[in-house]
Amino acid sequence: MTAADAISQPALWPLTAILFIPAVVAAFLSLPIIPKAREEAIRWITLATTAVVFVLSLWMAWPQLFGAVGPAQFTIGEAGMQGIVKQPWIPAFNIEYLLGVDGISMPLVLLTTFLSMLAAAASWPITKHVKAYHVLFLLLETGMLGVFVSLDFFLFYVFWEVMLLPMYFLIGIWGGPRREYAAIKFFLYTLFGSVLMLLAILMLYFTSDLRMLSPEQLQTAHVIAPGLDAAAAADAVTAIKTAADPIHTFNLLALAQLGQLPNSPFAAVNLWGMSLEAWAFLLLLIGFVIKVPVVPVHTWLPDAHVEAPTPISMILAGVLLKLGGYGILRICYPICPGAGLSLAWLVCGLGVVSMVYGAFAALAQKDFKRMVAYSSVSHMGYVMLGLGVWSAVAGNEFRWDAWAQGVNGAMFQMLAHGISSAGMFFMVGVLYDRVHHRNLEEFGGIFNRMPVYSGLAVAVFFAGLGLPGLCGFIGEVLVTLSSWNYSRVLAVISAFTVILTAAYILWAIQRVYLGAEYKGPHGDHLTPMTGRELAIATPLVFLAILFGVAPQTLFSYVTPSVNKQVETLADWTRRVRPDAPGAQEPLVPAAAAVAPPAAATAQR
Amino acid sequence: MDLGSLLTTTLNDTLSVSLPLFRTELALAATVVLLLLCRMLPVLRLLDSALVALGGVLFATWFAWVDLRGLPGSPWALADIAATPLRQELFGGLLVFDSLTAYIRLVLTGFLVLYILFTKVSGIPDREDGADFYAMVLGATLGMCLMASANHLLMVFMAVEMASVPSYALAGLLKGRKASSEAALKYAVYGAGAAGIMLYGISLLAGVLGTCHLPTMAIELARVVGEQGIGSGKVMVLSLGGLMVAVGLAFKLSAVPFHFWCPDVFEGAAAEVGAFLSVASKAAAVALLLRLVFGLGDPAAATAAGGAAAVAGLAETRHFMVYVIALMAAVTCTLGNLAAYGQTNMKRLLAYSTIAHAGYLMMGAAAATAMLGTSPAGARNAVTALAFYLGTYLFMNLGAFAIVALLRNRLRSEEISAYAGLVRTSPGVVVATAVVLVSLVGLPPLAGFVSKFLVFSSIVEAIRAGAEQPLMLVLLVLGGLNTVLSLFYYLRVLKVMTFDPPPADRPTEAFPLVSLPGAFVTAVAVPVVVLGIFWAGLYAAAQMAGRFVS
Repeated sequence: MTAADAISQPALWPLTAILFIPAVVAAFLSLPIIPKAREEAIRWITLATTAVVFVLSLWMAWPQLFGAVGPAQFTIGEAGMQGIVKQPWIPAFNIEYLLGVDGISMPLVLLTTFLSMLAAAASWPITKHVKAYHVLFLLLETGMLGVFVSLDFFLFYVFWEVMLLPMYFLIGIWGGPRREYAAIKFFLYTLFGSVLMLLAILMLYFTSDLRMLSPEQLQTAHVIAPGLDAAAAADAVTAIKTAADPIHTFNLLALAQLGQLPNSPFAAVNLWGMSLEAWAFLLLLIGFVIKVPVVPVHTWLPDAHVEAPTPISMILAGVLLKLGGYGILRICYPICPGAGLSLAWLVCGLGVVSMVYGAFAALAQKDFKRMVAYSSVSHMGYVMLGLGVWSAVAGNEFRWDAWAQGVNGAMFQMLAHGISSAGMFFMVGVLYDRVHHRNLEEFGGIFNRMPVYSGLAVAVFFAGLGLPGLCGFIGEVLVTLSSWNYSRVLAVISAFTVILTAAYILWAIQRVYLGAEYKGPHGDHLTPMTGRELAIATPLVFLAILFGVAPQTLFSYVTPSVNKQVETLADWTRRVRPDAPGAQEPLVPAAAAVAPPAAATAQR
Repeated sequence: MDLGSLLTTTLNDTLSVSLPLFRTELALAATVVLLLLCRMLPVLRLLDSALVALGGVLFATWFAWVDLRGLPGSPWALADIAATPLRQELFGGLLVFDSLTAYIRLVLTGFLVLYILFTKVSGIPDREDGADFYAMVLGATLGMCLMASANHLLMVFMAVEMASVPSYALAGLLKGRKASSEAALKYAVYGAGAAGIMLYGISLLAGVLGTCHLPTMAIELARVVGEQGIGSGKVMVLSLGGLMVAVGLAFKLSAVPFHFWCPDVFEGAAAEVGAFLSVASKAAAVALLLRLVFGLGDPAAATAAGGAAAVAGLAETRHFMVYVIALMAAVTCTLGNLAAYGQTNMKRLLAYSTIAHAGYLMMGAAAATAMLGTSPAGARNAVTALAFYLGTYLFMNLGAFAIVALLRNRLRSEEISAYAGLVRTSPGVVVATAVVLVSLVGLPPLAGFVSKFLVFSSIVEAIRAGAEQPLMLVLLVLGGLNTVLSLFYYLRVLKVMTFDPPPADRPTEAFPLVSLPGAFVTAVAVPVVVLGIFWAGLYAAAQMAGRFVS
């Protein structure tokens, strides 16, 4: 393909633009032509950039809103990868600039661009080194988006790591009193995980062999460039099939196809008593769960979230934690299904442990922000449980629809938590900006002083609590219901955790917002919410309600892709593990996958 | 063959084969002579010795580039360049010209170009010392080029000494500074000791095998080890000789436990000298290591020696070499990273960082050796990884030392604490430092990541090829852990520069990027980013280096 062809490729631009506009603006901002003193201008440029990126991603994700559907836009309800961008990058290693989105990544991209825009608006109180802050902030956005849209494992890893350095400085320079400790802890934990991930990537790469895939699989995995005419595509397939040496690949879709082959090369290799598949699954899982995070590797999170400035806490809780869950869903299970099946107990167990531990820890906190941070640990436990049950074949039951329900629930929980936790951190930040403390014991009576703020804040906290009708509810219920088929004990524990969640959130609301009078320090600074703050809080509350009453808005994106992946893996189990209990039963139609919220409410 | 025809053959060989492929070294040697003349002839004194040196080095770089381009299979070959053979012995087998020689020569001379510009910007050496300084630097580089092309143990020793002796003098460049003189003395004593042991080892090897010519040695080695078996007296002597040669190499690589000179010399000598030692010397030492290991373990030699015993004998030899290299790599890398934690002086920290990176490089060399017998393609990839590593390491370390030197000119200090709060006055140089140091950690999207990725991938390739599997796994895990370990101390420098408040007595003048030093730092830092994203070109060049593995 010539350069001219590449530029005229219609699908190249939306994703590439979404991905790199923040980085390009960051590079522009860092030039000396923008004086440091023009702080207001820098803030507006950043906000405008994030807004443009958000609108662009919305244009891609929801074409109906903007009129006719163009060729590069997202078709809602289609399960496969869309908007594929494919350019060679390092031919010697078959590394490609391969981007694409499906129903799993598209909502996460939207969440990222949306929260980045809100966080940019929430960055007005930052007064120290404004220029450097916004440059790093924009670089961070590119890194996060890159992880969600990369379909090449090498590219994925590059973006995964690109986030670390900006985040380190954002916490370390603009953070609270213990910022240096929190920043280095965050960096060391994540780097440890990503080095393990790198080892797994290398193992998978050198074991992969594209020659094992059928021509159709090569097409669907986009190893063959989309848009080639039939003859050229056939030539490309022949070139791969007749190669003398194994052709290794970083293509995530191709790796998934290889991992699901009956003669999977990853399962065939045995290293020190375990299959390579199991090693890779474990190494990748460690890398991802550090990011999620689950107990016992969660300890970086309370420190980082508490010390980070408010907008960065919003990004951390809203987007960064989702990277771990996304990685498990996109990479761990499709590429290493066998290991996922046999290690389901590990993933589910980790999920439930974090759920309970996070809730108890949140209950014990005196610091408002720390409490919210631990609530994230607890809520992300549901995500782990939901992702875990899907590979579970427990007892005599092989309920394909239950798997899909769990994964759909986990995806919904990730998106809902993105909204509610970002909202909670923002609400804490609003209060902290006024009274400069976060001690739960010294609050009280905020409702009287800031009624509008308190109303919105309580709505957001209720969303986090999982009140029916708000976004936090749907995901938790679906996950809990689906886990019943895997392990009743885990289901019961996760259902009871809801009580703990209610306890710490209600108790916090009571101590902060209720009460007769505010007696803590700086009481005279409790001014009503500014217009800017209102403009950030309102969309979050709106979405929390919207996703609570109309979860179909999100499920219309998520379900087709999730169901397809689960169906493929269920089919895989049937083919590869006919010995698995219940694997001979017929497939259940996909329609039953999502429990209607009304029925779920009744059951509760 | 009578004397006359012998002379004719030798003359022909020298004039028509050897000398044309020796142009790079000749250009360097001519420049050294010219520089020395500069000192003597009053007319030439008017010339700036840096310009003379730069001119000579540019010639040398051009020759090195043409030689690399003229190799068969080169992606940059021009139609009118007659391809030189893939392997050509020069001067009756003393030297060898092949793809590795060509690549390392290009790295060394290319580095010298940047290096001379750097010394010009930083102001050390001053005009008075210039001629001596550049003569020694070029002389040492000449020795390093010979290290990369040595094909005979005598030449190995000569080359190592030729590279080392000017370095001793360079370490003492800051006349009148106690630390500098101490560094020079320490370096010289250590170097002399290591050279003595190496020479002893060479004589043991030569005594048992009856030759110093590496390819012939390999055949003899395969025969002797195959016939006598492990544990026999002769093989014991050979292993001892090999280990003694390894001591000399370890000294040049600054591998643990022969690294003690490195921190002291780097701290005592000027940062400019540190840059030279850490980049050029390292590149040459890695090339020499590959030369010796690939020369002595060449699978073709076993075939030449004949018989299954010889094949098994050579495999044993390689096994021994892999273990020695891997063990040293593991210890060097870990100790280097751990020792760097406590450092307060930037140059000392960089010295330990250099030691740690020698460890990573040796890991790659171990993987290459492990795959030499079983999977030549894998060995080629491993050499490619090392060649790529050296190419990027050049920019990273030159950048790091350049920043140290240029900050020293401003702050009059090389302590890390002196850099506190530098971001307030000089954000540009802090960004450059961040790029260079984070690249040394090995994080994407910077060049250091790609280098590490390539080295780790050749270790994984060795595991997948079943070559020395358990050992390679240990190396892989240690390499990964060391990357995490190293993060902390590199990041500490950045932490001091950005988080800490600046001292009250800091001169307010900034270190602007729009200045000669700023431009140089930018010029070195930009390739670190560019090579981290668009590395296909350098990789193609590095692949050329790997082609010498048959």
